[in-house]
Amino acid sequence: MEWEFTLLLLVNGILIGLMYALIALGFVLVYKATDAINFAQGEFVMSAGIIAAVVVAASTSFFLGVVVALAAMVLFSFLLERVMLRPLLGRPIVAVIMATIGLAALLRGLLPLVFGAGTRPISLPEFIGEEPIALGPVMLQPVQLVGAGVSILFLAGFSWFFLKSRMGIAMRAVADNQQVAMAMGINVERYFALAWAMAGIVSALGGVVWGSMLGVDVHLALVGLKVFPVVILGGLDSIIGAVVGGLIIGIVENLAAGYIDPYVGGGTKDFAPYVVMIIALMIRPYGIFGKRKIERV
Amino acid sequence: MFHRESGIFKTTYAADMALYPLPIAKATVAVIAAAVVLLPFVLGALMPALSANYYLSIINLIFIAIVGALGLNILVGYTGQISIGHAAFMSVGAYTAANLAVRWDLPFWITLPAGGLMAALIGAVVGIPSLRIKGLYLAIATLAGQLIIEWTINHVPAISGGAQASIEVPKPHLFGYEFKTQGQLYFFLLFFVALAIVATLNLVRSRIGRAFVAIRDQDIAAEIIGINIYRYKLLAFAISSFYAGVTGVLYTYYLGIANYEQFQIVVSIDYLAMIIIGGLGSVLGSVLGAIFVTLLPIAITWIVESLGTLVFEMQQIQHVVSNVRVITFGLLIIVFLVLEPEGLNRLWRNIRNYFRVWPFSY
Repeated sequence: MEWEFTLLLLVNGILIGLMYALIALGFVLVYKATDAINFAQGEFVMSAGIIAAVVVAASTSFFLGVVVALAAMVLFSFLLERVMLRPLLGRPIVAVIMATIGLAALLRGLLPLVFGAGTRPISLPEFIGEEPIALGPVMLQPVQLVGAGVSILFLAGFSWFFLKSRMGIAMRAVADNQQVAMAMGINVERYFALAWAMAGIVSALGGVVWGSMLGVDVHLALVGLKVFPVVILGGLDSIIGAVVGGLIIGIVENLAAGYIDPYVGGGTKDFAPYVVMIIALMIRPYGIFGKRKIERV
Repeated sequence: MFHRESGIFKTTYAADMALYPLPIAKATVAVIAAAVVLLPFVLGALMPALSANYYLSIINLIFIAIVGALGLNILVGYTGQISIGHAAFMSVGAYTAANLAVRWDLPFWITLPAGGLMAALIGAVVGIPSLRIKGLYLAIATLAGQLIIEWTINHVPAISGGAQASIEVPKPHLFGYEFKTQGQLYFFLLFFVALAIVATLNLVRSRIGRAFVAIRDQDIAAEIIGINIYRYKLLAFAISSFYAGVTGVLYTYYLGIANYEQFQIVVSIDYLAMIIIGGLGSVLGSVLGAIFVTLLPIAITWIVESLGTLVFEMQQIQHVVSNVRVITFGLLIIVFLVLEPEGLNRLWRNIRNYFRVWPFSY
């Protein structure tokens, strides 16, 4: 019984961890290309979830919901980059952090006001089914499997994009040194916009996946709080780091919830990732795969 | 205020750094002090006791916010270290004071500094990562501090007093005199606000304050010119947390209850908004920001409740108010950051400079 319980926690942790990685990816993409920090990642996910839920409920077509959410988030990210983040270029880091915190508040107030505050479901298309799939002693929720599958697909896709494609290489150049990239004839502003659009895509997928698992309301934004331990652990500018960080945090939080919660009365799930993060910050502040920055006076 | 400084030539650094930049500033301060002391009596004379009490309670909340905003500005505005955990340090101060006041029956002039010192200690511990990391990493580390402190207080009955994590505290009293009504609490809080403002003004023009500014501008360069940045960064965290702890204690005495719900992460963001809207690295900015952010939700509630019935149904109003508040808040932070990064403080300076040379353009 004991090892089965552990196995269940581990498998659940891995699946959840992959879904965390998907959201963390949005954060990493933006930071990698533009050096901007997005404290509103959770709210992006929430917004996408709400939009998808509203469209799915209105049209009864799951795929239409996904497409509309994707389009809306990409458009929104483009706009955001133009209106808010471009004027903040070159300003102290606290300015960007606070601006995205302000944006987070804005989204958290605006969307429930427009669409109503109730919890909505996003029902997956019928062929996925709702019956848990038994795999030996472990029961798996189809929703989680779909989420993990989407995550793996996109993580692999973005890895290929950055390593092999011409645009991905240009984006890495922009991230490395904006001035030199400009001198090499790369249109830096276009790549900034592209990075935000990609973050929008990832957030939209995250919103649909998490929304179909948890249901969509304002609390979906709390998923964003888990992004920080994941990216700090993995390294802020590393895609593979987002995956590894996501897996570690997913497993840690499930094991902690399974073994410690009965003794302290709940809440360990939100608490344990941050303890792990603090330890990581003390030992390896730039993360497992992060790039160490050298500072000049 | 509005005056022209002709015939005053500062010839020493000491004169340039003086607390009163001009002789007339003493008169300005005296006028403001007299106005602030007389305010409750004027309010009491002008309107019925009930509404006078209401306005005083708002001013009292502003007073409490000013102390907290000053503390955060020392850390973020002057030293350049980001903290998203300010409210957690307030809760440390609040629960320390509440426990001391209830269990050992200690008076406020012991519990208040004790709460501040406890917060300073915890603040310095949370600030330890700042020795190795900065910017975003530090922001997230302080966020972790906030969540961990919140969780700990909530899950340790010895600190939180068990059910609902709240402790009731008696009203403060001094030599048998009890501060009970809003008017009495006004003077109680006013004393600490004045103390906090003067202390901050003096701190930032001292050696310590100059070291903070040097660290903010470029910490490696500061280290090269001989500032022990480890010591000063921790000191900044400790001082800022001391202010936060005192804020928490004042708030606890004001409400008569210590409750962790008053010190959640949203409050940390409120205080960050205060110093950004008010102006980073400015004492006047902290005060203006505290006033602005405290009045904002009250103004929004008032506007939505009087006009909102045209658009929304009555049962929804409460829901609408809280959402509109959050939206306005986020929008204001973004607008100030993009359009006027130096905040209300800069706006005030612009107005003053315009009138200083009026009616000439230069």
